[in-house]
Amino acid sequence: MAYATAHHEEHHDEHDEGITVMGFWLFLVTDCILFGALFATYAVLVNHTASGLTGKEFFEVPGFVSETFILLTSSFTSGLAVLSMHKGKIKPLIGWLIVTLLLGMCFVGLEIHEFQTMVHEGATISTSAFFTAFYTLVSTHGLHVSVGIIWMISITIQLKRYGITSVTKRKVTIISLYWHFLDAVWIFLYTVVYLMGVM
Amino acid sequence: MENHGSLKAYTIGFIFSIILTVIPLMLVLNHVFAKNILLASILGMALLQFFIQLFFFMHIKDGEKPRYNVMALILGIVFVITIVAGSIWIMTFNSQVQ
Repeated sequence: MAYATAHHEEHHDEHDEGITVMGFWLFLVTDCILFGALFATYAVLVNHTASGLTGKEFFEVPGFVSETFILLTSSFTSGLAVLSMHKGKIKPLIGWLIVTLLLGMCFVGLEIHEFQTMVHEGATISTSAFFTAFYTLVSTHGLHVSVGIIWMISITIQLKRYGITSVTKRKVTIISLYWHFLDAVWIFLYTVVYLMGVM
Repeated sequence: MENHGSLKAYTIGFIFSIILTVIPLMLVLNHVFAKNILLASILGMALLQFFIQLFFFMHIKDGEKPRYNVMALILGIVFVITIVAGSIWIMTFNSQVQ
């Protein structure tokens, strides 16, 4: 009887997790729409530079290319963390999460540095409609990454404290989905904002 | 829910993503094509990389059937295309109205 109950609960947990991951997918889809609206704004305003500075004068190829590769690599390492988790290995799991975190912090640091340089050179958010759209779009993504970093730190602490349980497993699954999603959004930022900007 | 991807899948996704990041960069920096073809090819490669990450990183094909996540994603993509393409299209009339 005890076995039956335990088995039932386990089954119940699995079902709950499926629903939670599904719910998180729905959040990602709505987040997609948020970014879609910001991309639409950017596309409409990209030539409204108030006959002044454009992105071409400001976007630095080495800067945004390294941001791209750092984020892509961090997406890969968060995947490696999930793989270690499914093998039940907590040390590599925490290790890969920390690598992902450090790469994420490098990314945010580079982005802040990029913004600082641009503002110093005279391109602030109120310079023109183009820069308003640019800063809004790129910093919304940067904010998502920053939130992801705080979130991932807290999950790493929980893993240290509780080990790999069904709850922490679910949390790692969800944060890695979130992290992959941010990298997927960045593909379009890289292409639409930066590559088309320096074209 | 048993299929959580493999090291192979992640590595393939990673390598393809790197290739699809480097090629458009080279095309843009070297001004290989005329502007329209260049735009189409870099956007095409971005879309391709997006789908590669969906399959190899986010394992969109995994999970129990029916795949509500795929349905939700398709609906989301329809919304995004409508918002982006619709905004660009409607704003081309801006100059005529003014």
